[in-house]
Amino acid sequence: MSMTISEKILAKHAGKEQVEPGELIYCNLDLVLANDITAPVAIKEFSRLGLDHVFDPERVALVPDHFTPNKDIKSAEQSNYVRQFARDYKITNYFEVGKMGIEHCLLPEQGLVLPGDLIIGADSHTCTYGALGAFSTGVGSTDLAAGMAMGECWFKVPESMKFIYHGTLSPWVGGKDLILFTIGDIGVDGALYRSMEFTGETIDHLSVEGRLTMCNMAVEAGAKNGIIAPDAKTKDYVEKRAKRPYQFYASDPDASYVEVREYDASQIEPQVAFPHLPENSRPVSEAQGIKIDQVVIGSCTNGRIEDLRIAAEIMKGRKVHNHLRVIIIPGTQEIYLQALREGLLETFVEAGAAVSTPTCGPCLGGHMGILAKGEKALSTTNRNFVGRMGHPESEVYLTGPAVAAASALTGSITSPEEVLGSAN
Amino acid sequence: MQIKGAIYKFGDDVDTDQIIPARYLNTIDPAELAAHCMEDADPEFAGAVQPGSVMVGGKNFGCGSSREHAPIAIKAAGVSCVIAATFARIFYRNAVNIGLPILECPEAASALQEGDTVEIDLAKGQIKNLTRPGEYKAAPFPSFMQKIIEQDGLINFVQERMKERA
Repeated sequence: MSMTISEKILAKHAGKEQVEPGELIYCNLDLVLANDITAPVAIKEFSRLGLDHVFDPERVALVPDHFTPNKDIKSAEQSNYVRQFARDYKITNYFEVGKMGIEHCLLPEQGLVLPGDLIIGADSHTCTYGALGAFSTGVGSTDLAAGMAMGECWFKVPESMKFIYHGTLSPWVGGKDLILFTIGDIGVDGALYRSMEFTGETIDHLSVEGRLTMCNMAVEAGAKNGIIAPDAKTKDYVEKRAKRPYQFYASDPDASYVEVREYDASQIEPQVAFPHLPENSRPVSEAQGIKIDQVVIGSCTNGRIEDLRIAAEIMKGRKVHNHLRVIIIPGTQEIYLQALREGLLETFVEAGAAVSTPTCGPCLGGHMGILAKGEKALSTTNRNFVGRMGHPESEVYLTGPAVAAASALTGSITSPEEVLGSAN
Repeated sequence: MQIKGAIYKFGDDVDTDQIIPARYLNTIDPAELAAHCMEDADPEFAGAVQPGSVMVGGKNFGCGSSREHAPIAIKAAGVSCVIAATFARIFYRNAVNIGLPILECPEAASALQEGDTVEIDLAKGQIKNLTRPGEYKAAPFPSFMQKIIEQDGLINFVQERMKERA
């Protein structure tokens, strides 16, 4: 019987020939992940099991990235708890400040998540790795504790939704715009409990970075996972990073989907999602002129080198508007170094932007750019819930790096074409 | 298990940042988390909620982050059960894993009003409104979840499974 890519990966890890949507299965895990917020709860639960080892110290990744470099004493205590656990249990993939990055930028870059893998992470944006053709999903800390102990997790096989994108993207439109547009179409629970499979020639032409951005936000439509069939681009990306074997899967041509949606991607404008839900996305032309107090460019959604290159291209030789703070956060140390070598960081600093060490920081209102009452931010992050970046009466608008960079120059939400002309 | 309590009602898409804002995630102490439960949706809630109260939400309750601090905060605040039209999937798993009773029931979620008192039979998934007429039946749990609930959370369930394997 035919299966989707998600079903094939789940079947393989359950040791079964095939699985069907709705089926409950136990699966072996290739990697389990937690951060400085979720690991402490997971470690506390794990310790109740009285074990002196994790299932495989090379397949547990601990990335303190949310409140690091630690913002206060309590956060430092939490990080220390995770650090000590990593030492005691000889966790190979523990990443200290100075070597770390935002988990969902870091793990693909380090070759720790690979095509065909089954991954759980105690972070909702673990769905990012579907961009490499893995089945990857977010769980809570207790599921993660069980995963650390047993190397397995139970799953209900999700129904799959297929999204087909046709056509060539307009200038300054990227993965972020596609996913914001899609969430705007189906709503924040439009893919609840389901798998979102992104296909079509637009996706074939999209960079691995753009694909990571799309799959990152599958959870914002309620999905269990987002996934893109691996191809030559995926191979280029993973073959120089992988330290273990990996496998490419693809959906059968006659695989069954609960829903199929097709979009003419050539008609999609850069998108802006209005407060307070990611589904409130509109073309940038309908958001023009909204005054903002802060721009954030970074996060597990858009903190990769391609995002920084786009922002720098727009900001080069120009100045950040006087009424605005701009905070740029490269996703990992490697991205930071690359941006440094390419002169992107110089461009940002000369423009009047602050450049931060990698951290989730302002995305979840942690630190490094908290909003005051009544302030508005335009951000390349993934959530614009009430109080997400600070005061409950502040507001977050979501967008991609191009609109964020253009708006940084004008002080209000602006299309990149307005700053640069349409020559690009 | 029988539950009786007054309803606190919230809307659709209650996200985990509303349930427990990230600024309080520098602790894993349930009592500290409970003190800020629902703060950005209703700043009065944490101070007012009585032990045994029942929280009601609309669709997609618990969407957003995977933070288990969210159901922990609700449970530690004294809430005995959460009823919603639908739950976001990570919240759903987390609640079961830590032993916070939840029921998925669109009819009850829509009909129950703030301040109503309800009686709930968790095993049967039955919800009865004691303030005004209304009886509702929640969707049953998938079999794995039922086992986890019966063993009072995932960790006990895993311990059993490890014994079976040994």
